[in-house]
Amino acid sequence: MYTAIVFLPLLGFLIVGSLGRSLGPRQSEIVTTGLLVVSAVLSWIAFIHVGLGTAPASTPVLGEWINSGGLKIDWALRIDTLTVVMLVVVTSVSCLVHVYSIGYMHEDPSRSRFFAYLSLFTFAMLMLVTADNLVQMFFGWEGVGLASYLLIGFWYEKPSACAAAIKAFVVNRVGDFGFALGIFLVFALTGSVAFDTIFAAAPGLANKPIHIFGLNADAMTITCLLLFMGAMGKSAQFLLHTWLPDAMEGPTPVSALIHAATMVTAGVFMVARLSPLFEQAPAALTFVTIVGATTAFFAATVGLVQNDIKRVIAYSTCSQLGYMFVALGVGGYSLGIFHLFTHAFFKALLFLGAGSVIHAMHHEQDMRKMGGLRKDIPFTFWMMTIGTLALTGFPLTAGYFSKDAIIEAAYASGLHSGAGVYALLLLTIAAGFTSFYSWRLVFMTFYGERHVAHDEHGHANDDHSHGHDHAPHESPTVMLIPLGLLACGALFAGLAFASSFIGHGADEFWKKSIYSGPDNHILHAMHEIPHAVGFVPFIMMTGGFLLALYVYVLAPGTAKRIADSNPLLYKFLLNKWYFDELYDLIFVRPAFWLGRLFWKGGDGRIIDGLGPDGISARVIDVTNRVVRLQTGYVYHYAFAMLIGVAALISWYLVGGVR
Amino acid sequence: MQIGLTHYLSVAAILFTLGVLGIILNRKNIIIILMSVELILLSVNINLVTFSTFLGDLTGQVFSLFILTVAAAEAAIGLAILVTYYRNRGSIAVEDINMMKG
Repeated sequence: MYTAIVFLPLLGFLIVGSLGRSLGPRQSEIVTTGLLVVSAVLSWIAFIHVGLGTAPASTPVLGEWINSGGLKIDWALRIDTLTVVMLVVVTSVSCLVHVYSIGYMHEDPSRSRFFAYLSLFTFAMLMLVTADNLVQMFFGWEGVGLASYLLIGFWYEKPSACAAAIKAFVVNRVGDFGFALGIFLVFALTGSVAFDTIFAAAPGLANKPIHIFGLNADAMTITCLLLFMGAMGKSAQFLLHTWLPDAMEGPTPVSALIHAATMVTAGVFMVARLSPLFEQAPAALTFVTIVGATTAFFAATVGLVQNDIKRVIAYSTCSQLGYMFVALGVGGYSLGIFHLFTHAFFKALLFLGAGSVIHAMHHEQDMRKMGGLRKDIPFTFWMMTIGTLALTGFPLTAGYFSKDAIIEAAYASGLHSGAGVYALLLLTIAAGFTSFYSWRLVFMTFYGERHVAHDEHGHANDDHSHGHDHAPHESPTVMLIPLGLLACGALFAGLAFASSFIGHGADEFWKKSIYSGPDNHILHAMHEIPHAVGFVPFIMMTGGFLLALYVYVLAPGTAKRIADSNPLLYKFLLNKWYFDELYDLIFVRPAFWLGRLFWKGGDGRIIDGLGPDGISARVIDVTNRVVRLQTGYVYHYAFAMLIGVAALISWYLVGGVR
Repeated sequence: MQIGLTHYLSVAAILFTLGVLGIILNRKNIIIILMSVELILLSVNINLVTFSTFLGDLTGQVFSLFILTVAAAEAAIGLAILVTYYRNRGSIAVEDINMMKG
């Protein structure tokens, strides 16, 4: 069954990828979506058996991959609670996104390619989450990177999409470089890459020094920092986040699946999976906390002023990933996974809702040109509202359980560490910002006045039959069903699973798939904090809501006044803290300069100049001179003959004399 | 002054040299090249006749008559080619005739 879950999407990819053209788009949709639905159903069965039930964790070995000296790597599926949680998230969201895409992409001529890529992505992601060793995880890690690249650049005729795809790929390589080094270091330390072996060896490696570049460093800290670097790249954490907003160039279902629900959470999953290693490296965990908190705060501030509907949600994703890393950093691995779980539902809901809005607006993404859509697309409006409620942590929705718990955990951790205080402060502020920008999105899109000029025109004609009037229209049912299902998840996932993920049933639920050190009591500590602290996120949420309500609904125009009175701050935020410009200056341009130096100077001048080009040029020079001898004039030839004869005769005469 | 073998040979040598120079230094006209070729043949004839006289052997004079005949034929053919060439190309200037250039 586990094999089927993982390999059905691959089967779909192979069928549609190779035969997509002859099958036609409709058949491609049916094949991939059907296989994904089967896979998702099986995942839920696995979840009920392994997670909620008592089925033992198992590791079916599929075959040998690499066996070279001391290095032995198998293809194996590691099935434990952590994996089945991820299986459920990945296959459910992927399956809903497949269904949704049937409606969203129905005008695109190369749909079958799109569905093939989606299935390929799902397969790679499943390989990642079921990995039993670091190398197999790396395989899935790179597979999702590839699929992400292909899908961001799906509309490859758009230069901006190609650039975004390349950017995502390159920035991810930076992180993957660290991840690869981390794997090497793990192998050097433990002599194995299989999880069971390295987890068993981890406690013995605590506080063991390692000699690198003339420095004595703590081996586990270095390892975990390197591995976390991979997570930072994949999960778009601070400093490596720049690719995520640009990735919104891809089709919206892709953003929902890859850049909100699954791939970007791979980093969170990885840290949770490697919790036995991270537990031995408190310094690395502190770093994780700080990076997570910084990301959460940074992305929330940028999200406040963005105007592209998808970019706002992208920064929101970035910010929520920061929350997850804070949860991991303070030791609440299950808490991070829980937020991952709930976040997948409401963020996919928000993205698909945004996709529905974009669909209704005929591919307009600028929120300033929207407004008043509440009556035109009521279903989408309600779904987006549910998603926003869940994201901002309205009581009893999914976000309320996971996000507020993270803030409480940060408080509990802040009682005895500076990083915890830092995280608590930034997360609390970010919670207010989250509420503000989420409601801002809703108000700008669904409330206020119409900003579309030709709107009244469409209504005056009252001619909806020819299909290309520009009045916003509700999306087809095939797109609304996934929205409804995700909305159920966004509303009830927290309520239904909170106790098993992070509550009293946590130990029975996780069954040792997540390791917590003997001194790690964060899950208990966070329940014992003062009640007042528990209200802070709620207050921040309400504050953000009221502020957004005032700024965008009760007194429209306030936003512009605030922006005008703080032009520097506004510009700073609008330009995303100038990270793109900074990286352009520090990395991109020197890289171009260096590349050009080696290309023009090194390769062009030196290698080609002295090598093939030089030799051919000399040959041409010589032959040109020889050619000049041949004039075509008869008298020149006659002269040459004469000289020749004279020379022969004189030689003969002189020789004859001697 | 007794005109001897040396004088005849000198005249022939001068004619030969003129002919060769005419071919090489000529920049204008192909007809001049043809004339130079005639000149070279004539100088050879002078040599033959001279040696024939001084050696008392008639073979040389007979040979020179043959050469004259061949030279006449050659001149006729050369001029005929020249006329055809002029019809085809519109020019018989030496500078324009460099089609053998690589």
